[in-house]
Amino acid sequence: MDSQTVLLAVLDGLSYGALLFLVAVGITIIFGVMNIVNMAHGSMFAIGGYLAATVGGWLLAASLSPYWAAVLLPVVAVVVGVVLGGLLESLLIRRIYGKDPVLQLLVTFAAFMIFEDLQRLVWGGQPYSSSELVSALGVIDVLGISYTTYQLLVVPGTALLVFFALRLALRRTLVGKQVMAVAHHREVSTTLGINVRRVCLFTFMAGSALGALGGAMSVQTTSWVLGIGAEMIVLSFAVAATAGLGQIEGALVAAVLIGLARSFSVYLLPELEVLMPYIIMTLVLLFRPQGLFSVAQARRV
Amino acid sequence: MTATLLSTRDLNLAFGAVVVADHIDFELGEGERLAVIGQNGAGKTTFINICTGLVRPDSGEVRFLGKPVTNLPPRVIARQGMVRSFQLPQLFLEHSLRDCVRIAAAGRSGRLGLWRPLGEAAPARTIEHVLELVGLRERGDEPCESLPEGQRKLLDIAMAMVLEPRLLILDEPTSGVSTEEKHALMQTIMAALDEQRITTIFVEHDVDIVTRYATRVAAWISGRIAADGPPAQVLNDPEIRTSVLGE
Amino acid sequence: MRSASMQTASPLDASKKAPRLPLFLAISGALALLAVLLPQALPWIKTPFIFSTAFGIAALGVAILVRAGQVSFGHAMYMCLAGYFVAYLSRWAGGLDAILLLLGGTGFAALCGLVIGSFVVRYRTIFFGMLNLALSMVLFAVLGKFYHYTGGTDGMRVNRAAIFGVRLDRDGFESALLYLSVALAMLIGYAVHRYFRSAAGEALAAMKTNETRLEYVGISTYRVFLTGYVLSAALCGLAGAIFAISQGLVTPEMGYWVRSGEIVFISILGGVIHPVGAFIGSLIFEFVKLYAAAYLTGAWQMTLGTVLLVMVFFAPDGVAGLLARRILAQEGQERKAGGRP
Repeated sequence: MDSQTVLLAVLDGLSYGALLFLVAVGITIIFGVMNIVNMAHGSMFAIGGYLAATVGGWLLAASLSPYWAAVLLPVVAVVVGVVLGGLLESLLIRRIYGKDPVLQLLVTFAAFMIFEDLQRLVWGGQPYSSSELVSALGVIDVLGISYTTYQLLVVPGTALLVFFALRLALRRTLVGKQVMAVAHHREVSTTLGINVRRVCLFTFMAGSALGALGGAMSVQTTSWVLGIGAEMIVLSFAVAATAGLGQIEGALVAAVLIGLARSFSVYLLPELEVLMPYIIMTLVLLFRPQGLFSVAQARRV
Repeated sequence: MTATLLSTRDLNLAFGAVVVADHIDFELGEGERLAVIGQNGAGKTTFINICTGLVRPDSGEVRFLGKPVTNLPPRVIARQGMVRSFQLPQLFLEHSLRDCVRIAAAGRSGRLGLWRPLGEAAPARTIEHVLELVGLRERGDEPCESLPEGQRKLLDIAMAMVLEPRLLILDEPTSGVSTEEKHALMQTIMAALDEQRITTIFVEHDVDIVTRYATRVAAWISGRIAADGPPAQVLNDPEIRTSVLGE
Repeated sequence: MRSASMQTASPLDASKKAPRLPLFLAISGALALLAVLLPQALPWIKTPFIFSTAFGIAALGVAILVRAGQVSFGHAMYMCLAGYFVAYLSRWAGGLDAILLLLGGTGFAALCGLVIGSFVVRYRTIFFGMLNLALSMVLFAVLGKFYHYTGGTDGMRVNRAAIFGVRLDRDGFESALLYLSVALAMLIGYAVHRYFRSAAGEALAAMKTNETRLEYVGISTYRVFLTGYVLSAALCGLAGAIFAISQGLVTPEMGYWVRSGEIVFISILGGVIHPVGAFIGSLIFEFVKLYAAAYLTGAWQMTLGTVLLVMVFFAPDGVAGLLARRILAQEGQERKAGGRP
């Protein structure tokens, strides 16, 4: 493998890992705070992508600059997070707290099924794409390789921005500290006067928005078809489980790790490309089931 | 000369700076009724946990019926004849009383059938007898969830008894039970154990109960056995009276 | 005396007494008769009935795990493993009887279940669920990628086999396979029923409430859970083998995680308190899927998803549980009424 290919693999891996992080961090904070595995998270990713593609289509039809997407993509994410995530949490998730874990999983799985059909009804079975923004941003020359500015800078940049913003928010803001408290110990938080319901709703919306952001950004470089949500949910589980459910810093590392593992295997062992995330997940679960970065049980988010 | 059932040699265990077992040398003979007393955190439950295989000591040896059992899992130790009951009754909450005892009895034989019903896994006579001894036979088919605390303790002990142990360790059998019921509960338990000729160790805080039912008392202070002997002797020991009984 | 709203007995009561209710035996008989007689009038219904039976058997397998309080989102992998094994067998040892294919597929799945289970059953709750999921995705990816060995995403064909030595035409084959599947389903339903009430089955159920105590009474929870796991793998394997023989084709899709989720779905929808629940669930599933195409613009996932949500909130022990509770409540009321002078 020559140095150019190595560089290419690294860049591919970082870009892909950044997207994985955006989606996985959503699932991991929801689990960390609410102790729920949200099987409908992949649907947020998918619908975020579909909506972003639709918005991209509007921009194109209205002959508006694709740079508007820079503003609209986050808006799409927030809309999906607040509307779909909010609906899901207040109608369903809130009411299954304390129920049998099997039932909890099935409730989110049922929501996933409903969202799958929702996608089909709204957007139909044909593939969607939205490449105007990427084209507009052009390419950058990196040591002899042409790489799209979008994948090199925008995607990893967004991931890092989100990462630091989350860290800052959780440690410095009042809301963030309340979220940490609820993640740490729900009952005690209630006695401390924290509105746990509101914290959970907020966390769920934020997590869903991040998943949707991942989708909105991913559709710029991928063809969007039905079933992409189902595919992404297991990938994001792989990342979150490898890191340790509830670990944000760990999720970044795990996402990059899995992203690089996958991109390198494309060049070295192509048959294993799709397998890599699941092999890594299996190995981690076998030898360190709490995840690579979990500390003692006490600390969660 | 009565057989030695349980013996420990130089048991040690520390969690960081806290020493919960401090060079414990101990022997228990068949037929004894030993009361273990001591303040909370003195190491009584740790001692039981080590003997029954829940916790590994840092060093030292535990022997049961002459055989070393130090690092064996609880499952194996129970099959060898050293069984425990729990301070917080450990029941199979979605099963009936009778089924709880039946499941325990099935464990006795070690082979769990896949076809014959649970009721046929162990002789019905044994099950009914044990339930009778603890006075729960009539309520046998009720869900054990519906039992009040005192009877939950009895069921917990019944589940241990049906394993036909040589030694039964009772972890605070009367805790959580109202003072009026304590004696009745202890009477029932001791009568049952006598009937089955089971040697027993019981952890207890109530001096009355200890005086009435124990043949020997061992007092724990800071992880070591501070006194060991007949009840009258230990309970009147001045060090014990101040450090353990808090007088 | 009638209460304003229909009374139902408590869930625990229902789960204890359900196995003995003659109602469920009657339902089993009725379903079997339906499966056998209805195709006389509606021949096209054979295939959906075969699928329902197969998925019911798989759901029964998952019900075994649910009994221990665990759930696997990867058990479709055993359907897949058995299916591909059947495909290989029918290719290498052409002319093997369907019975042997079924046995082979089930046995292979059980063996895989033993190997995988030997380490997987040490885990609990979410780790157990995710490990099964991860392994099933590894299988899914492998089957899709290694085109040369597995036919990739196109899958492998399964040639039509003889049944009990008799070569049949398409129509006759389907009928025979249907009768065979229904017979197997009834046998297995009965066997699982006995297993649940056996010492091993009750110990499995006790794992849900107090694993520690099980260890302390001398029972190896590892052995108990592994036994249950292997049985569940075998049942999913049988389902996969039936599927493979019926469809004549196996694809990696059979092992996709969503299929695993659907099996769990069917299991809970029908109710785990009695084996017939798995088949009630799978019939509902299969036929809603079928009719959604005609009446619900194909939105079967939305329909079933909504049904499941309603069930979870109002009847969490499934259709079987609902039936059991109503019957017990009625019996309770009749007893009370009868006792009055």
